[in-house]
Amino acid sequence: MADTNRTWRLGIDVGGTNTDAVIIDGDLQLVAATKSPTTEDVMSGIESAMHEVLMQVGSEAAANIGFAMLGTTHCTNAIVERKRLNKVAALRIGAPATTAVSCMADWPQELKDAMRVGDFLVHGGNEFDGREISPLSEDELRDVARTVREEGYESVAVTSVFSPVSDAHERRAAEVLAAELGDEFPITLSSEIGSLGFLERENASILNAALHDVAHTTADGFEAALAAEGLSDVTVYLGQNDGTLMSVDYAKRYPIFTIACGPTNSIRGASFLTHEKDAVVVDIGGTTTDVGVLAHGFPRESMIAVEIGDVRTNFRMPDLVSVGLGGGSIVRQAADGSVSVGPDSVGYKVTREARCFGGDVLTATDIVVARGQAAGVGDPALVADLDPGLVDAAYAEIKRIIEDAVDAMKTSAGDVTVILVGGGSILAPDELEGAGKVLRPENFGVANAVGSAIAQVSGQAAKVFSLSEISREDAIAASKERACEEAIDAGADPDTVEVVEVEDIPMAYLGDALCIRVKAVGNLRVAQP
Amino acid sequence: MRRSIGVEEIEDMALGATVLGAGGGGDPYVGKLMAIEAIRRYGNVELVSPDEVPDDALVVVSQMMGAPTIMVEKICSGQEPMATYDELVRELGQEPYAIYAVEAGGVNSTIPFILGATRHIPVIDCDLMGRAFPELQMTTLGINGVKGMPAVLADEKGNTVTVRGIDDRWLERIARQATSVMGGYTILASYPCTGKQLKDYCVRNTPTLCETIGRTLREAREEHRDPIDAVLGVTKGYRLFKGKVHDVARKTDGMFVRGHAIVDGLDADKGRQLVIEFQNENLIARVGDEPLCMAPDIIVSLDVESGQPVTTEGLKYGARIVVVGMPCAPQWREPQGLAVVGPRAFGYDLDYVPVEELAAQHAKGAQA
Repeated sequence: MADTNRTWRLGIDVGGTNTDAVIIDGDLQLVAATKSPTTEDVMSGIESAMHEVLMQVGSEAAANIGFAMLGTTHCTNAIVERKRLNKVAALRIGAPATTAVSCMADWPQELKDAMRVGDFLVHGGNEFDGREISPLSEDELRDVARTVREEGYESVAVTSVFSPVSDAHERRAAEVLAAELGDEFPITLSSEIGSLGFLERENASILNAALHDVAHTTADGFEAALAAEGLSDVTVYLGQNDGTLMSVDYAKRYPIFTIACGPTNSIRGASFLTHEKDAVVVDIGGTTTDVGVLAHGFPRESMIAVEIGDVRTNFRMPDLVSVGLGGGSIVRQAADGSVSVGPDSVGYKVTREARCFGGDVLTATDIVVARGQAAGVGDPALVADLDPGLVDAAYAEIKRIIEDAVDAMKTSAGDVTVILVGGGSILAPDELEGAGKVLRPENFGVANAVGSAIAQVSGQAAKVFSLSEISREDAIAASKERACEEAIDAGADPDTVEVVEVEDIPMAYLGDALCIRVKAVGNLRVAQP
Repeated sequence: MRRSIGVEEIEDMALGATVLGAGGGGDPYVGKLMAIEAIRRYGNVELVSPDEVPDDALVVVSQMMGAPTIMVEKICSGQEPMATYDELVRELGQEPYAIYAVEAGGVNSTIPFILGATRHIPVIDCDLMGRAFPELQMTTLGINGVKGMPAVLADEKGNTVTVRGIDDRWLERIARQATSVMGGYTILASYPCTGKQLKDYCVRNTPTLCETIGRTLREAREEHRDPIDAVLGVTKGYRLFKGKVHDVARKTDGMFVRGHAIVDGLDADKGRQLVIEFQNENLIARVGDEPLCMAPDIIVSLDVESGQPVTTEGLKYGARIVVVGMPCAPQWREPQGLAVVGPRAFGYDLDYVPVEELAAQHAKGAQA
């Protein structure tokens, strides 16, 4: 009988090698899964993976699907390839401050050239405690709008000094610009993008503004693909880099948040598939192995500035160690008998070029097939002639690479739980040094898509408080409330919203200013109205 | 000796300044970008040895004070160093021979190069700390009776304040208050003194040392050598402890961020636990009650793989670090130096023992 509540979810994750798709039912059980090669245009790979899982459940069951989640590399690719980016007007509000460092001062020259960014500065902006540096100059804003129109800019990125403390100048600037350029003109406000750190937030805002068309094409393409499969009225979400979801409308405005959602999805998917909340997650693909840490059910975040396409931003991304080991990693024996594995790889061509598939390149996959540890992969007869000494040495090297990467991410000397996911995880042994237990969940190959399908909804609040005006406890309580409200607004079930992260950073050398950052998450509200 | 400082030298200097920042002093990133932009616009800066400064020449400091974390958000207009300099020159009625840095550690290492590039004024290869310290009066001139005043503060809005306090502690208090009102940080022209006073009391060649540390780190990474060994080689430092950060506790207390980090030992230090006590900068590194290094010697955490210095703000659970100790400038080891920046001056009930003596004791202990 069809589930009238339409609580099933379709989850899709686009990776560098494979595009995975899964369907999860109303009780959060996996009912269909597939992997298909990622295509150059990305969308046709999404379409074929989607078609495959829908075929697996049949059209009657597919009618239960009420939600579709997509984690994709469209935006990352656009930045890395410097293609399909909009012409951006980067507007700073803060004069006379900020002129000592130009817009995009630290960007690679060729990216600057490819981006076609124009920079503008107007008076305004705030101090750390919310006072104005200078009043917002609306006349200067209208001059900027005129130039934007005359010179054919396609998108505006607005960054005001201390906008995470007070966003009033950014909001007013958006109103003034919209009055001049029309309500439909794409405007990015930095306070919606990032936290303190002017240049990093400005960089992220410019990238976001440049991704406007890419975001629209991607979201519209996904909705069209769903419609072609008869799923025109499902609720569509896109995955964010923090492992939570955003609506299509939100994703069109803030496409930058789709960057690097893959590793997050794989860590969250591993947690879901094993019911573990704290573990080291090892995701082995065709070319690389990403090792991340699952802490309290979420990826541990990196503490260093994150670069996107060589541009420094202040995004919080999962803390990962990436090493050059995957199913397609090339195995070589040197003249002195020593054996190396990777870092170069045949990548997605492993199913053609590896020896066990009839090719002539010796890969990491051939080693585990020769050891009889990968039932159903390739043809063992094709690697039966391999020197057992070579096989053992290569296998020891594979094990060492994984163990070193796991050790690099451990937070204490004790043994940890290791979860193996990804198509290449057949390489990993069942026992690892430093691991108390090694889990290899069923459907390990599609953990990313599972992570995408089960992603939660989040809300954040980041603000600097003056402790002479509000107590630390009250400031944290106010921030928590704001973050929870944001999560509920974004589609979280109010009954499940909880605060998952509170960070307070005293501002050194200043005294009574405190920056508080709170994140709240909740399960997706699935009950249909 | 004179040499030209360009963009590449500033890059290396900023990286080295994070090491001498001893965990504090502010992220030199924005200061570096400001200096680089000034150099790109106006040309390279001449770095001169203190020995070349005539005894009767006037020299002044160009520095920032306040919260480096605010400068990361509210970047300078770029005019502040010139505004403070011009005001101080008016006050003194004399054109300085050159300018210099108040501290070699952290954000202040690159600030003089903004003024130096814009006005073509030489920068002297020295500073007044040889590392980073939290307060204005903690200088090698200060402990020898040379006052930091008159000092001129400026903000990006164009406000200036001239301070003539009765001593440097009053300068620190007045300037700190003014800085808060003016928006959280200010740029200063301060510590006017003669060439003779500077040569008698400054810490020599520290900008060059910063650059050497930075270049050594960068080259070691490029050539896949151990970056930490490379840093120790040029700083005469000691490997104190290797471990993973287990816990970090911070609280704000006046203008300080006080706290401690607990580090669980790895490899040779497995089974031991290191505590780093900090007040903006790292001040004490100890295992149990046994100190391995203490202020004014320099304690800094370096990332195990990259050798990148980790500030106290950046120290987080799980970080894998090597904690190193380096000897401070010899001026700080005199009684009048320890009175201002020794362990007791920061509230720790410890008699100062130089890091090289502590290292020798531990080496002996390990043999016994």
